[in-house]
Amino acid sequence: METLTDHTVASHQSPAIAPPELAGNVAVKIRGVTKHFGRGEQRVTALNGIDWDVYKGQMSMIIGPSGCGKTTLLSVIAGILNCDSGSVNLFGEEVSRFSDGRRTKFRSVNIGFIFQQYNLLPALTAAENAAIPLVIGGWSKSRAVARACEVLEGLGMGKKKESFPSQLSGGQQQRVAIARSLVHSPRLLVCDEPTAALDHETGLTVMEMLRKAAVRPDRAVIVVTHDNRVFHFGDRIARMDDGRMVEVTERTAEEAVLVSGEQDDVAA
Amino acid sequence: MTDRVINTIRPSAWILAGVSTPLLLVLMILKSRGVPMLGILPWNPLLYAGAALVAIFSALLFTQQMSWIALKMLTGDKAKFFGIVLGLTFAALLITQQGSIFCGLMRRTAGQVEDIRGADLWVMDANVRYVDDVKPMIESNLYRVRGVEGVEWAVPLYKGNARLKLKTIGRDKKPLDVIEQVILLGVDDASLVGSPPPERILVGSLTDLRKTDALLIDFNRLPKLFPGEQWDQAPAMPGLRQKAGDSISRWITNLASRAKSSESLPTPDEQYRAAQREFYKRFVGREVEMNDHRGIIVGVCEATRTFQSNPVVYTMYSRAKQYVPRERKLLSYVLAKTADGVKPGEVAERIASQTGLKARTSWEFMKETMWYYFQYTGIPINFGITTLLGFLVGTAIAGQTFYNFTIENLKQFGSLKAMGATNLRIVGMILLQATVVGLLGYGLGVGLATLFGIVSQGGELAFFTWWPVLPIAGVAIVLICVLASILCIRRVMVLEPAVVFRG
Repeated sequence: METLTDHTVASHQSPAIAPPELAGNVAVKIRGVTKHFGRGEQRVTALNGIDWDVYKGQMSMIIGPSGCGKTTLLSVIAGILNCDSGSVNLFGEEVSRFSDGRRTKFRSVNIGFIFQQYNLLPALTAAENAAIPLVIGGWSKSRAVARACEVLEGLGMGKKKESFPSQLSGGQQQRVAIARSLVHSPRLLVCDEPTAALDHETGLTVMEMLRKAAVRPDRAVIVVTHDNRVFHFGDRIARMDDGRMVEVTERTAEEAVLVSGEQDDVAA
Repeated sequence: MTDRVINTIRPSAWILAGVSTPLLLVLMILKSRGVPMLGILPWNPLLYAGAALVAIFSALLFTQQMSWIALKMLTGDKAKFFGIVLGLTFAALLITQQGSIFCGLMRRTAGQVEDIRGADLWVMDANVRYVDDVKPMIESNLYRVRGVEGVEWAVPLYKGNARLKLKTIGRDKKPLDVIEQVILLGVDDASLVGSPPPERILVGSLTDLRKTDALLIDFNRLPKLFPGEQWDQAPAMPGLRQKAGDSISRWITNLASRAKSSESLPTPDEQYRAAQREFYKRFVGREVEMNDHRGIIVGVCEATRTFQSNPVVYTMYSRAKQYVPRERKLLSYVLAKTADGVKPGEVAERIASQTGLKARTSWEFMKETMWYYFQYTGIPINFGITTLLGFLVGTAIAGQTFYNFTIENLKQFGSLKAMGATNLRIVGMILLQATVVGLLGYGLGVGLATLFGIVSQGGELAFFTWWPVLPIAGVAIVLICVLASILCIRRVMVLEPAVVFRG
C-alpha cells in the first residue's frame, strides 16, 4: 500500500524521534516543546518537553486521557498556538520562530484542518464551505467552488454539494470538513477528534475515508483522538500523559496489511 | 438548482435593495412636484450613492475574495439580520423624522419673513429680537431709511394682532358670531410689497387688495373662522399613491407614443390647485369686522403656517392702521430694496449707523428669529432628547445585535483565522457587514421618514427635511456601526485561532 512505509519496526530505542536513516522523511520535528497556561498557583503545564517526529506518508495519532495536552500539542504543531520554549519545525522551516503574519500565511498554504465540531459556516453550502481555504489563498469564488466540487465528488458528496450544513448528517458534515481540509492540497493535515461527534459506524467510515483520501507520500496526517476504536488506522501512535509523550508505537507489517485489506473492502 | 439560484442572488439582492431603496424614494420626492421638501437637494442621493460605493469598495479592498463569505454570514440568520437592520432603520427614521419636524417648526417661526419676497432688507427697532417681537416705530423712520445711500426703495409693513369678528353658521348650522385673533399684515399701498407671492394666491389677485375694505385671507385657518362650511368636501392634497401613479402612467404614455404627449394633461398638483380655486371662491365677498371697521374678503391665499397658528390676514398698510387701536407708533417694519451692485449687508450696516435702527437681510432675520426660538423655548431640548433617544436606542438595538452576531460567529472567525485568514481580512469582513447593514438601515430609515413627510404634507405637522438632516442621520448611523464594529473587531483581533480546537 502506497501510504505505508517499510519501516515497520515494532520499537527502537527512541521511537518518538526518527532514526538517522529516516530523517529525510520527517515532516514535523518537535524538540523540547513546553507550554504553560495560567500564572502563579493557577499555572498548569500543558506540554512538558515534548520531542516528537512525524513522518510523511503516515497517519500519526496522538492519544491519551483528557487534559493530557493532546490538543495543545496539535495547536502548537499547526501554528495556531505559540509554545513557551522549544522548537517546531515543519518541512524544514522553523515555524515557532515565524512572525504571526508569516505563520498565518504558512498555515493557509501548508496545513489542512479537521475539527471535532466540523466548524462549517452554516450560511454556506457544502461546496462553498469546502472552497474556503482556496478563497483564503486568493482564488476567485467560482474557481474555488469548482475545485471544491471535484473534491466533494471524490468523497461521495457530489449530490450534496449545494446543501447547507443544517441539511447534512454528522458524517456528511465531517466529509465536507475533510474536503475543506484537502482542497488546497496541504502538506500537513491536523485532525482534532474527528470522530468524537459521530456514532461508531459513521466514525469508522469517516476514518477510512480520511485515511484513503488524505494519506499521501508527500503529506503527513496527525490525528488527535481518544476513541480507541479507531486507533488501528494510525501508522504511529503517540501516547501522552500529563504533558509528556510517554510512548510511541508503530504498526507492524501484518497490521498494516490488515488495515489495507479493510480499506480495500470499503473502496469496493 | 433552486438553492443555487437563491445562493447566487441573495447577497447581491440585499446590496441592490440597500442602495436602490433610498435612491428610489428620494428620486420619487424630487419627481413629485409641489411637495415642499425643498431641503432635499439633488446631490443628496448622489452623495448617498457615492458614500455607499466608497464604503463598500473600501471594505471589499480588505476582504479581497472573502466578501461573499462575509455577506452570506450576515444574511444567513435572517432573524438576526433583520434585527440589526431594523435597529438601524429605527435610529435613522427617528433622527430624520424628528430632525425634519424640528426644522419644520423652526422654519414656521420665521415663515412670515420667508413669505415676503422682493425686499432685501428688514429694518426694525434696534430692540427687536425676532419677527413676532414687534416694537412699533414712528413713521418718519421710513423716510430716514429711504434717505440712506444704496437704498433703492423702502416701504412700510404693519404686523400685529387684530380681533376679527364675523357672522357665520356653526357646525350645527345655527348662526354663529366668531371672534378670532388674527395676524394682520398691512402691505405697502402702492407697490403691495409684503403680499404673498402670486403663485400662493388661490382665489382673486393681488390687485384686488386695492378694492375698498379688501382683505386677503390665508386658507389654512379658514375652518376656524367658518366652522359651518362643508370642510369635508375641501380638496385634499394629492397623496403619494396618486403622484406615483400619475408619474408611472405619464411615463408609460410617453414611452408608448415616443413623445411627451402627456405633458398637456394636468398633474395631480394642478388638479388640486384647480379644485382649491373652485372650493375657496365661496369665501370671496364675505364680510368681517375688525376694530369696528368693515373688511371684505377679496381673495384667498396660502401663507406659510405660523408658529402661533392664528389666521393670517393681508390688507393695505393704510387700511391696517384702521383695523387696530390707534397708537402713535404703528410702523412695524420697513422693507427695503438695495440698489443694483450694492451688497445688502453693506447697506444694512449703513442704515444701522445712520438711523440707529436694526437692519437685517431676510436670511439673517430668519436665522435670528429661529435662533430666538431655539434659545428661549424648550423646542430644541425636547427634540434633541428625542433624537438622542433615537440614536441611543438605535445604538443599543443595532449595536447589541451586531455585537452578539459577531460573538456568536467568533468560532467561525476562529476557524477562518486558523485556516490562514489574516486579521485584516477578518476586520474587512466585519466592516463590510457593518457597511451593508448601515446602508440598508440608513436607506430604509430615511426612506420611511420621507414617506412620513409626504403623507403628512398639507396637515398641521411641520415637516421640512433640511438637507443637513440627512448627512447628520448618516453620521449617526456611521457612528452606531463604528461603535459596534470596534467592539467586535477588538474581540476578533484578540481571538486565538486555537479556540477552534476547544470542543
